Amino acid sequence: MDLTLLPDGGMTWLDASGPESHIVLSTRVRLARNLTDLSFTVRSPDSERETVLELVATAARQTRQLKDAALLRMDALDRSDRQVLHERHLVSKELAGLEREGQVRQGSAVLTAGDAGIMINEEDHLRLQCLRSGLALAPAYTELERLDGDLGTRLPFAFHPEFGYLTACPTNAGTGLRASVLIHLPGLVLTKEIAKVLQGLSQVGLTFRGLYGEGSEVVGNFFQLSNQTTLGKSEEDLLDHLAKIVRQVIEYEERAREVLQRDAPTVIADKVWRAYGLLRYARSLSFEETMNLLSGVRLGVGLHLIPDLGVYTLNKLLIFTQPAHLAHMEGRPLTDPDLPIARAQYVRRMLDADAARSSRGPQEKNS
Amino acid sequence: MQCDNCHDRTAAIHLTQIVNNSVTTLHLCEQCAAEKGVQTNATVAKFPLSDFLASMGKGAAGALPPGGESEKCGFCGATLQDFRDSGRLGCPHCYETFEHHLRSLLRRLHGSSQHVGEVYLAPLAAASDSHRMLIDLREQLRRAVDAENFELAAELRDRIRILE
Repeated sequence: MDLTLLPDGGMTWLDASGPESHIVLSTRVRLARNLTDLSFTVRSPDSERETVLELVATAARQTRQLKDAALLRMDALDRSDRQVLHERHLVSKELAGLEREGQVRQGSAVLTAGDAGIMINEEDHLRLQCLRSGLALAPAYTELERLDGDLGTRLPFAFHPEFGYLTACPTNAGTGLRASVLIHLPGLVLTKEIAKVLQGLSQVGLTFRGLYGEGSEVVGNFFQLSNQTTLGKSEEDLLDHLAKIVRQVIEYEERAREVLQRDAPTVIADKVWRAYGLLRYARSLSFEETMNLLSGVRLGVGLHLIPDLGVYTLNKLLIFTQPAHLAHMEGRPLTDPDLPIARAQYVRRMLDADAARSSRGPQEKNS
Repeated sequence: MQCDNCHDRTAAIHLTQIVNNSVTTLHLCEQCAAEKGVQTNATVAKFPLSDFLASMGKGAAGALPPGGESEKCGFCGATLQDFRDSGRLGCPHCYETFEHHLRSLLRRLHGSSQHVGEVYLAPLAAASDSHRMLIDLREQLRRAVDAENFELAAELRDRIRILE
């Protein structure tokens, strides 16, 4: 697969330009939509999914936002390419057919242009999505609202006066809106306050997941906070509520970091620099170890302990140290022990380049 | 020790009850205990846990109240049992077929079944008709291509182009 086909490689959201990007990595909003008079994806025969793909792609090409979008058919890509797209957060595990015993459904595809796109023939016929850097719920939704309105004049969406937009799973019915914020909370984890915060979330109608959404584990202290319910509240109310709670969590995280710096400055500095040292010099790194070390370094950057290291570099490392990305860069399939070696090599190269740019050698660091 | 109830199987459960200030002890076999609705360690462990696991596996459908097994969606043929098994509905029409069941499920899931967000304004009737027609024509086109009837396929392709 030629990734240059993707505008910006589909990674504008990584550039750390958005609000609160020292703590919030990215914001994702999606709207689930289905076409009337057709079975939902899982129940529909191959030919019907092809029809859905054609109808949606044709309609999307007539919209202002997706007229130049790249169309990637999952059933035409091999597994490693699909995994790259998944690691890049452009497609779900289900669409990419990467779930256990899962396989790619004929007609499943993704349309993507800049930060907006549509997953076609996922669990629902359309999953409109927008991915933004930092905490940007309102702008992400505004963009989707426009796309949704435009598509809605060209495609007949399944809509019920009482139940709202109809979805394959009733947990998405109503607005079909799921907004999630990928947030880095090492302070709350280190001060052991995180359990309380996560418990509180469920009481206010929010839920949390790992780095890759549904069913994924928490790694590197990254949490995805999102709305639990989609029906009975307006889109604006759902987004406002999530934004309010996320701001509160950011405040807690900042307070936790203050406490750490006040009560255990040496311990924290040691932890941060050990993480940096390992990443910069290790010869073999597992994915999980890398994520945890990156979390430490990210905390160090947030606390201004590591000067001049770019959050963008750290974000890129998060994505490019994943298995399919490393294999793609090396141009060959990688397994143990080559994979952790290639990972360590890549991390060293990136950190060396970054250090050279900021003319910061390891000997200068004495914070 | 024999079961006090069936006087046949071996008693495995010793139930002490206090009724009207007098203590009675019943020795029951597992089966009779279950019939009398006595919750034992065995039943507690077996039933609610399996229910719980089942409801976890099926996602939202686990919260669906029982009943309605015979109903079937007139459009896609899906049944409530299909939904219980997969956690996914078959098509948008399922929401009308199983409206009653889904309304209470939606209330449990979301706290409400009344949508208050964006209201969808369907494209004009003419647009809907052409959508339906496009779906049909595409299906016919696919069949024509499969049957290698290229003359018909070319004609259908032209008609699709005009509609689009």
